[in-house]
Amino acid sequence: MADIKKTCLHQCHVDLGAQMSPFGGFDMPIQYRGIVEEHNAVRNACGVFDVSHMGEVDVKGPDAEKFVNYIFTNDVTGAPAGQCFYGMMLHPSGGVVDDLLVYKRGENHFFLVINAANIDKDVDWILSHREGFDVEIDHLSDSLGELAIQGPEAEKVVTEVLGIECADLAFYTFKELTYKGKPIIISRTGYTGEDGFEIYCDHALTVEIWKTLLASGKVEPCGLGCRDTLRFEVGLPLYGDELSDDITPVEAGLSMFVKLDKDNFIGKEAIAKQKAEGPARKLVGLELLDRAIPRHGYEVLNENDEVVGEITTGYHAISVDKSIAMALIDAAYAKLDTPLKVRIRRKTFPAVVVKKKFYKKSYKQ
Amino acid sequence: MKIYYAPSHEYIKVDGNIGYVGITEYAQKALGNVVYVDMPEVGDQVEAGEDFGAIESVKAASDLIAPASGEVIEVNEALVDNPRLVNEDAMNNWIIKIELSDPAELDQLLDEAAYTKVCEAEH
Repeated sequence: MADIKKTCLHQCHVDLGAQMSPFGGFDMPIQYRGIVEEHNAVRNACGVFDVSHMGEVDVKGPDAEKFVNYIFTNDVTGAPAGQCFYGMMLHPSGGVVDDLLVYKRGENHFFLVINAANIDKDVDWILSHREGFDVEIDHLSDSLGELAIQGPEAEKVVTEVLGIECADLAFYTFKELTYKGKPIIISRTGYTGEDGFEIYCDHALTVEIWKTLLASGKVEPCGLGCRDTLRFEVGLPLYGDELSDDITPVEAGLSMFVKLDKDNFIGKEAIAKQKAEGPARKLVGLELLDRAIPRHGYEVLNENDEVVGEITTGYHAISVDKSIAMALIDAAYAKLDTPLKVRIRRKTFPAVVVKKKFYKKSYKQ
Repeated sequence: MKIYYAPSHEYIKVDGNIGYVGITEYAQKALGNVVYVDMPEVGDQVEAGEDFGAIESVKAASDLIAPASGEVIEVNEALVDNPRLVNEDAMNNWIIKIELSDPAELDQLLDEAAYTKVCEAEH
């Protein structure tokens, strides 16, 4: 682990006594006070996450819109500046290179936010497909920090503690402004199922904002542990669990973010074919009837004890107090209420197929 | 009762040929909120150095390693409905009670001072 990376807030995490662990190539805080306390703070009040490990790529130039539409599954054509999009970059096979957010900054100017673990792969991928497009690509991951301020109190906190006007932002929109003399991007986005904001700015300002938030006493510092439990409960995918180079958005139930009615883009043909034929595997929710916890990689069995898939993420979920999971399984068993089993160490436990959204999102529309 | 420790962070409190096996205070702190304890059945044989179950925090499952061999004569049923008892008092909320088959194995384990050094080295 000689070359493990650190975010600009690393020392702050250590000073707070965080439990640190490698994630996506970075030494990241998993928890401070505890996953349950932090999870509940985001569901009920407000928490802040250091997500500076995420990567950022800026794309501009006369062909920027055309280029983004070619590598990205969602359709950014003619969108107003200030709009955010969720979608994926696909392999020609339909497997997912990465899932990402695209921010439309202006006419032919976009900002891509990618997963930490995929930064090198994504940047190589983006650069390798630029030929024939008149675009300028800037990789900004090393110079930008990112904070996610999440929870029902997030708007109040950002407005009152930071003094940033944000009530005007609708869900999945953003604005650019000057804050403390520096440029920032603030979007009404997140990965928790709660209302919230994400702020991108330079390292020094990231640290300053973090410290201001904590000093207010109104914001819980939150680690990646509860970031995962929060996103899981509302059925949001994590690259590496629900998405991968070998899993398509159709299998993961994310077809709505793949716009087959737009011009050619990488992976379009494979996705159109899979949609027409129906995928062989599907991502489903599972609920166990026992407290035992299904974890990533555990086998899912049918009633004849034949393996029909595996768990992608599972927890004893904090907000719903049940052992639940997402699992990628043979599509023949994906119907709601299908009885299945999960192998957990030496035993198997009965489970039933349920909807993937275990907890209701509370986005501000 | 004499208490012995394993470097894998289980303890065994020994009363004659009966041993009470649980996880240490250091282990419960490192795990955080315990949400499930996967225990063997009464009558199962456990082997020193082999896993006999698992303890799960929100984030992960950790194997439970038997510090000594023997037959399970009781499991702590209170942990089924309230696994957080391990967090509240790890040393008194043992997980399994075993009848030792080879008390000489206890000589391989650590005393409190030696175990404390193991924890300090990990920190």
